[in-house]
Amino acid sequence: MSNDEIAGPIDSSDEWIRQRTGVITRARASDDQTLASMAMEAGKEAIEKAGIKPEQIDLVIVSTISFPYATPSAATLIAAELGIPNAAAYDISAACAGYCYGIAQADSMIRSGLSEYALVIGAERLSDFIDPTDRTISFLLGDGAGAAIVGPSDTPGISETVWGSDGTKWDKVGMTGSILEFKDGGSWPTLVQEGRTVFRWAVWEMVKAAKEALDIAGITVNDLSALVTHQANMRIIDEFAKQLELPDSVVVARDIETTGNTSAASIPLAMHRILQEKQVSSGGFALQIGFGAGLAYAAQVVVLP
Amino acid sequence: MAHTEAEVLAGLAELVNEETGIATDLVQPEKSFTDDLDIDSISMMTIVVNAEDKFDVKIPDEEVTNLVTVKDAVDFIVGAQG
Repeated sequence: MSNDEIAGPIDSSDEWIRQRTGVITRARASDDQTLASMAMEAGKEAIEKAGIKPEQIDLVIVSTISFPYATPSAATLIAAELGIPNAAAYDISAACAGYCYGIAQADSMIRSGLSEYALVIGAERLSDFIDPTDRTISFLLGDGAGAAIVGPSDTPGISETVWGSDGTKWDKVGMTGSILEFKDGGSWPTLVQEGRTVFRWAVWEMVKAAKEALDIAGITVNDLSALVTHQANMRIIDEFAKQLELPDSVVVARDIETTGNTSAASIPLAMHRILQEKQVSSGGFALQIGFGAGLAYAAQVVVLP
Repeated sequence: MAHTEAEVLAGLAELVNEETGIATDLVQPEKSFTDDLDIDSISMMTIVVNAEDKFDVKIPDEEVTNLVTVKDAVDFIVGAQG
C-alpha cells in the first residue's frame, strides 16, 4: 500500500512520509490472508529451506501481538497445518522484540536438550489494529510473517542473547485501550506510540545492548556482515548504524522501505530479503536486534544461513 | 566549566546544523524549532541527545516538549549545568 493511499486521513503526503520515516510502501494483508495463513506460508518455506521434515520439529514458537484469539495459540494451529505432530507449541508476546525472544528461547532449549529442531515464526496482521487518522505509528505499520528453523550444530550459530525490558515505559508504545474497555462500549484498541521517547530509547539505549551482544559473541563491528535491526523507522536504523560506528562493509537491512513496520515479523522479513537478494554470504555474522513495546528488547549475533 | 548563554546558543546552532543542515546563523533565540526551523520530533531528539553530551546536562523526555523555541532550550541547558 502506497503512501498516497494512506496520506489523506493524516493530512500528510508521500514526500512527508518518505522524509520522516523512509517508508515508500507497506505490506498489508488481503482479506483472505489471515495471520495464521501468513505464518504458515513463512513456516513452510523455512522448513523447506532448512531441508528437514516437519516431523523432526518438536518446538513451535510464534511471536505475535496481533493474533485475534487470546486462546488457543496460533502456534498449535500452525503446527497442525504444517504437519508437525506433537510439538511443544506456544505464542509469545514481546512485540517488536518477539522474534529475537523466540530465537533466544529456541537456542536455549536446543542447547539444554529440551528441543532438537525449533520453528520460530514472527507474524503480524497489524492492519487490524490501526487508526487511519493516527500520526504516531499507524501509517508505518504493515502485515507479514517470517520464520527460521533452529537446530543442533557442532559449532554454535547463535550467540548468547542480550535481552531485557523497561516496564517503566509500559505506556510509551502500545494500545489505545483494552479489549474489556471495547466490550464496555469503548473504541476498538489501536496501536499508538510516543515517538520521541521511543526514538531515544531505540537508538541510544539499544546501541548499548547491541555492543554488549557483540562483546558476548567475541566480535566487533568490523567482523559483521550485516546489521538487522527491527524495522521501526528508517531514521532509527540510520542513527543506530551511525552510533554503532559500522564500517561501510556491513550491510544494513532496510526492508522497512517496502514492508513498513511489521513488529515481530520485521527482523525475519529483513533477514530473508538480504539473503534472497544475495546482499550477504552464508557464514557471515549478522547482529539482529529487536526492540519495542514493553519496552522490551533482545539482541544476538547469528551466523548467516 | 559552565557555558555562557552565548556559548550554548552557538553550540546548539552547530548541533542543529549537523542534524538538519540549517545554517547556524538562522538558529536565533526567538525561533521555534518546529514552526520556524521545521525540525521534526526525531531530529529534535537527536539534537537533544547530542546537546546532553556537548553541555554535560540531562534533558528528560518530558522536558523536550517544553522546548518550543531556541531560547527555551538555551535557558534550560544554562540552568541545568552543574
